Amino acid sequence: MSCGKNCTPDALAVINKNLGLDQPVPVQYWHYMVGIFTGRDFSVGHCPAPCFGYSFSNQQPVWGTIVDRFPTTLSIALGGAAVFLTVGVGIGMLAAAFRGTWIDKVFSSLSLVGNALQIYFVGVIALAVFVSGLRWMDNPAYHPITEDPVKWFTGMLIPWLVLSIIFIANYSRMTRSQMIEQLTEDHVRTARAKGLGRRAVFFRYAWRGALAPIVTIFGIDLGSLFSGAVITEFTFSLHGLGRLAVSSVSETDLPTLMAVMLVGCTAIVVANIVVDAAYAAIDPRVRLA
Amino acid sequence: MTAFLSVRDLRVRFSTEDGVVKAVDGLSFDLERGRTLGIVGESGSGKSVTNLAVLGLHDPRTTEIDGEIVLDGQELTGAPESVLEKLRGNTMAMVFQDSLTALSPYYTVGRQIAEPYRKHTGASRREARLRAIEMLRRVGIPNPALRVDDYPHQFSGGMRQRAMIAMALVCDPELLIADEPTTALDVTVQAQILDLLKELQQQTGSAIVLITHDLGVVAHTVDELLVMYAGRAVERGPVREVLRSPQHPYTWGLLASMPSLTSDVDAPLVPVPGAPPSLLAPPPGCPFHPRCGYAAEVPGDRCRTERPELPPGRGSACHLPAERKRRNAAR
Repeated sequence: MSCGKNCTPDALAVINKNLGLDQPVPVQYWHYMVGIFTGRDFSVGHCPAPCFGYSFSNQQPVWGTIVDRFPTTLSIALGGAAVFLTVGVGIGMLAAAFRGTWIDKVFSSLSLVGNALQIYFVGVIALAVFVSGLRWMDNPAYHPITEDPVKWFTGMLIPWLVLSIIFIANYSRMTRSQMIEQLTEDHVRTARAKGLGRRAVFFRYAWRGALAPIVTIFGIDLGSLFSGAVITEFTFSLHGLGRLAVSSVSETDLPTLMAVMLVGCTAIVVANIVVDAAYAAIDPRVRLA
Repeated sequence: MTAFLSVRDLRVRFSTEDGVVKAVDGLSFDLERGRTLGIVGESGSGKSVTNLAVLGLHDPRTTEIDGEIVLDGQELTGAPESVLEKLRGNTMAMVFQDSLTALSPYYTVGRQIAEPYRKHTGASRREARLRAIEMLRRVGIPNPALRVDDYPHQFSGGMRQRAMIAMALVCDPELLIADEPTTALDVTVQAQILDLLKELQQQTGSAIVLITHDLGVVAHTVDELLVMYAGRAVERGPVREVLRSPQHPYTWGLLASMPSLTSDVDAPLVPVPGAPPSLLAPPPGCPFHPRCGYAAEVPGDRCRTERPELPPGRGSACHLPAERKRRNAAR
């Protein structure tokens, strides 16, 4: 890959030696893992920790590219999550509270429609209407929040909303079914038998029980968003980790791909740990004695 | 002069996908302060449904309730939710069967006991907490000042049931409905809980409805007994009379299916033959006739065609001649 079409066996041997490919695979793996924590020395120079190696496509340390791209992904993930969590759960609770009425039916149908929509479809329409047509805002772009919070917000608004649509559909349906299930629980009936009002029963008792499954799914979703929202990034020409992963696949840029995967996996693992910690806060039965 | 709790011709129907379920079909009873009414019957006989109707806990979207439920002169059927909310947990309270599922796992026992007290008396958080501790002490929880901050899962089954009773009694209700309060408990704890209910009743003078399918529970705890079958009362009377000289073939069956201390341990228990009828399409006439071994003794087709009425006071809803009922009871 680094040698090109006119590769001689001698040149190949040199490259293999420089890349450490002449060593056994476990040893190579060991060097890679150690390098993440201590840094590594290559023939081209020292790669400081955390070292994920050099990119095949631009010969720069991979970590620099990750650090460069991560804020974009983080912004998309956090902002989008804030939108779909509040709106999705809100709609779900509303539908559960007014189960069987027209409110419930409207939202349930909308969530089916929302579930069928795709980001690249809605995204392009949103761009056509709000950016090209009405000219309400500029093309989505990432501006660091530290430099200009307003620009950061307006630049991210359309991606957030578009990314949220499918999630809102899922979260509202899940919240609705969880709440309806909780409302039939014995302890919720007990709460009513005590003379508590509808609101107290709904928010204090049913909601508390519906929380755990929602938090579980949210942790997983957020974790995977941290590793990049590929379609969103492509649709809105944002340069985050998702796009980096895809381009590193098409350019056979293995070090970059491995690094993005590792970051993504770490995000999911961390998210799961946070979810487990949240369980203990939600449900006293999970707390250790 | 109507009784403290007076239920007249109560009908509760659920609309389901398969049709209308007549869960309670024309039930009447009275209960005075300081007295205990036992309601017995198989699962699905309408015991719990009746009492959820008294508290107004049925989902109005799927349930249709007719008849009168008068509590202390106040009509409860069709009463607005705001009126019922003020009565629930305050004037009338309920103890549920399975205390593990009936208490919320997410809040401390103390908070769940204090909650109705704050709501109905407007007490402060501090006062309500002290009241919760006092209630836990009254129902016999050791170390109530510490246990008040425990969660239900940290209590044993018997203690949870006591906590539930404490929660029901926190506002000194005049009517306490206990829906199989001892079913999930072992026998010694059962006896303790029943004694506790009796004791608290003597202190407060409240009326108690005790729902159970266990005739053994009933004998020493209740004053009046109502036997329900397929959503109707089939026999009623003072508990001693009903147990000693039962008049309805279904009550005979219930008593015969109980193990007895005096009979041979190897003697097989006699179940009531057949299964409870579908309440979607209850049998015509007397709902018990398909399972009744005595229907043939009634002249004509009356058991199949004519619904027997339950006379007021001591009596049973059965077409058998009065003296036949007595003869069988004395066997």
